Amino acid sequence: MKPASFKYYAPESLEEALVLKAQYGDEARILAGGQSLIPAMNFRIMQPTILLDLNLLAELSYISSRDSAVLHIGAMTRLSEVEDDPLIADRVALLHEALPYIAHPQIRNRGTVGGNIAHADPAAELPVVALAMDSRFRVQSTNGTRWINSIDFFRGYFETAIGPSEILVEIEVPFHAANTGWAFLEVSRRSGDYAMAGIAALITLDNKHICRKARLVYLNLSDAPLEAKQSADMLVGETLSDELIKQVANKASEEEIMPMESLHATVNYQRHLACILTKRALELAYGRAMET
Amino acid sequence: MSDNHSIKLTINGEEYTSSVEARMLLSDFIRHELGLTGTHVGCEHGVCGACTVILNGRSVRSCLMFAVQAHGQQITTVEGMAAEATDLHPLQEAFREAHGLQCGFCTPGILMSLIPFLDDNPCPSEEEIRAAISGNLCRCTGYQNIVTAVKLYVERES
Ligand SMILES: Cc1cc2nc3c(=O)[nH]c(=O)nc-3n(C[C@H](O)[C@H](O)[C@H](O)COP(=O)(O)OP(=O)(O)OC[C@H]3O[C@@H](n4cnc5c(N)ncnc54)[C@H](O)[C@@H]3O)c2cc1C
Ligand code: FES
Ligand code: FES
Repeated sequence: MKPASFKYYAPESLEEALVLKAQYGDEARILAGGQSLIPAMNFRIMQPTILLDLNLLAELSYISSRDSAVLHIGAMTRLSEVEDDPLIADRVALLHEALPYIAHPQIRNRGTVGGNIAHADPAAELPVVALAMDSRFRVQSTNGTRWINSIDFFRGYFETAIGPSEILVEIEVPFHAANTGWAFLEVSRRSGDYAMAGIAALITLDNKHICRKARLVYLNLSDAPLEAKQSADMLVGETLSDELIKQVANKASEEEIMPMESLHATVNYQRHLACILTKRALELAYGRAMET
Repeated sequence: MSDNHSIKLTINGEEYTSSVEARMLLSDFIRHELGLTGTHVGCEHGVCGACTVILNGRSVRSCLMFAVQAHGQQITTVEGMAAEATDLHPLQEAFREAHGLQCGFCTPGILMSLIPFLDDNPCPSEEEIRAAISGNLCRCTGYQNIVTAVKLYVERES
């Protein structure tokens, strides 16, 4: 099918975009990479009456390390640029590892970081990675700027804390701490498809190899990125053993995740995947933390 | 409520000007307005890859862009690969020799995915070739001969 009619604006500055967003509010949909929005419009699942195309805003496309502890990524930065960035590969390895799992190369050439986050699909990779890293998001309106923590940002299926007159402009990504190991793993039916289940894990060890910090965040196992806090806390203060990894994987997959039955995976199968992925991710992350 | 925009863009080195409705997909503009029917349309939701074109040097889905967004941009379609309309590009020649196509529906999209990939990575491994075409569905070949064709091309070019 073909998209329904709409009024198209392509603002040439962020300021102009914010004025239009303030004027039209929810009625005006942001067009970023269009890799989720345009398929939905082609099928008329969505029929926005106004589109605000941000593709002319070069000012929202950057990867900058103006700070020594964090990296800033402009909302309109293409996914493929993040994938190819050497600093991200070196200092934010979890993000680098997750990127190739997003769709296909041609879609990453067009899809944006801001779009992947703002779309808030529970099966998308970046929201999961962002929550595991404690990223923050900068949203802007004509009234000013505010930062939203990732824990407050994702509110459920395709729902975020971005207000009707706001635009997501920047993502802040902390560099991994010293002695931190990472792992991103998922299982999908075909390469490039949305996954049935996935996990982002981060583990920080002290110099005696005792776990000081652990994060386990799951993909597509709830209506938003889901953090298994209690399971991850079982690791803190401990030296990792096979037995402990098994206990953590069991707890996370049986008690903490909230999978929803789908066409492709029953709840039991998703719990099974979560258990196996947790074990593999912890082993991988632990091994990497020992090496760094 | 129609919302028309005048656009000017370069396709296969030629400049085109036109007036398009905002909702017109780039794929439909290329096929129906310009008559460049080498760009195929299979699914219109980004899955099949048949509509892939090269936008400013990068492969993208033309079904997931509006024509108005191509204003001022450079696009290559399969018609622009070879120097002359009657010639084959060496990659096309390799596809022909290695039986890299049967019905040919997927072929333009696969070629448009491979050209930028091979520019960046002239000596890819088999695994890299397969990853590069992972977003292109082919119902006929089973992919094996597509990979063989790419290898043949790489061997000849090096
Ligand atoms: C075949 C296919 C397979 C895919 N597989 C995956 C996958 O495995 N994993 C995955 O994560 N994604 C997948 N995607 C989606 C892809 O990653 C999208 O690019 C991404 O989810 C949305 O990014 P976009 O820039 O294209 O956003 P758009 O489609 O332009 O926008 C998406 C939504 O976010 C809103 N939005 C966008 N930018 C902003 C902003 N700056 N401020 C406020 N709101 C904004 C839009 O209004 C819209 O509602 C797939 C897409 C396709 C077509
Ligand atoms: S028609 Fe565009 S990807 Fe299928
Ligand atoms: S050759 Fe027929 S779909 Fe690929």
